[in-house]
Amino acid sequence: MLPAHLRTLARSGSEVQVNVDGVVTIRSILDAVENDYPVLRGAIRDHGTLQRRAFVRFFACEQDLSHDSVDAPLPEPVANGREPFLVIGAIAGGM
Amino acid sequence: MSKVRVLVGTRKGAFILESDGKREKWSVNGPHFAGWEMYHLKGSPADPNRIYASQSSGWFGQQVQRSDDGAKTWTPVDNKFAYEGVAGTHQWYDGTPHPWEFKRVWHFEPSLTDPDTVYAGIEDAAIFKTTDGGKSWKELPGLRGHGSGPRWQPGAGGMCLHTIVIDPSNQNRIYLAISAAGAFRSDDAGATWKPINKGLHSQYIPEPTAEVGHCVHRIALHPSRPNTLFMQKHWDVMRTDDGGENWTEVSGNLPTDFGFVIDVHAHEPETVYVVPIKSDSEHYPPEGKLRVYRSRSGGNEWEPLSKGLPQENCYVDILREAMAVDKLDKCGVYFGTTGGQVYASSDSGDTWNAIVHDLPAVLSVEVQTLA
Repeated sequence: MLPAHLRTLARSGSEVQVNVDGVVTIRSILDAVENDYPVLRGAIRDHGTLQRRAFVRFFACEQDLSHDSVDAPLPEPVANGREPFLVIGAIAGGM
Repeated sequence: MSKVRVLVGTRKGAFILESDGKREKWSVNGPHFAGWEMYHLKGSPADPNRIYASQSSGWFGQQVQRSDDGAKTWTPVDNKFAYEGVAGTHQWYDGTPHPWEFKRVWHFEPSLTDPDTVYAGIEDAAIFKTTDGGKSWKELPGLRGHGSGPRWQPGAGGMCLHTIVIDPSNQNRIYLAISAAGAFRSDDAGATWKPINKGLHSQYIPEPTAEVGHCVHRIALHPSRPNTLFMQKHWDVMRTDDGGENWTEVSGNLPTDFGFVIDVHAHEPETVYVVPIKSDSEHYPPEGKLRVYRSRSGGNEWEPLSKGLPQENCYVDILREAMAVDKLDKCGVYFGTTGGQVYASSDSGDTWNAIVHDLPAVLSVEVQTLA
């Protein structure tokens, strides 16, 4: 699932489906998303370091996975496509 | 008949304002990129349908958008701005070394002759260039490699490279300005740079006449006099007649010489516009009266222009990218405010009207004069 601003950029619906080869991890999902939607490169994670942008969060199965290892296997319901992996714009004020 | 297209960047999207040459009735189109900060939009002088836009967000970073049809449709292009080599450090606010980190694009300056060639000024300060219409960006590392880079320090708005001016008589000569490092010039198309801050005097830095460290807010040039530049510094309005080798103060009778914008009349190279702002701690016009000041003598003697502008209870700011002029016979002058107004004058500043009243805070205003 993508937040509204990224849907607009990607010209996608709120949910995009990607195929991941091998172990399904945060890294492999984001690699696949960026491969299918190159405009999202740099918008979810930094171009150079590939670190999550500060005000982006990753949720799945009612858990905040934002601080988990990007190489840790994701819960099985996400891996088999039954549950979505959510990219969220953090609730932050600003201008 | 000629047309005018005004490109307005705001805190929450971009707006395109268009009128015929009379500049009486305006269409308003937008928001484009709703909800995003639009620091700057600028059209190519060589192809006015080609427009580049800086789209950024605290959440989702930087995007660069390009239009090939005069802002009707947009295509995202490359948004990767990677510093060349080891990024190194500049000074942080507390004087400690701080790594150079990309934050956003403040300014696009398209080539005067090639729509695919554009310079980008970014925060943390560096200049990048594309020669393929934005498909890829490369740093011109001679600027940060000048040697003074480790001594540069951010201004309150960040360490931004916000002004790029190309000499129309010699496109190898480029001027730029950085807050708060100062002004720089290249004579070899951006390969090497030198600080051009002699004559600037900044009380707020330890050495007021230092080679670098000055908070330059904006530089403007008239195409017919490429060696003459006008500068709105943090405090002080300055001019040079030798390509920046020496600057002299021309603040003259301004009510305050703090401000952000400065621009030059399209047909009168000694007619200059500024909008005085009370102080660096009170970012609004003196006495709550919004007044543009015009000098017809290249500085020192300034007259207030207030007809059509609010003369009571006005506490908006006019940010550094938010003034521009058109090239019609009767030069039009435009500026945007943090209160969301875009004011226009079609008679060189004598009278003003608000084209729009209630946009988000205006970050930038550029004007295209179309045949």
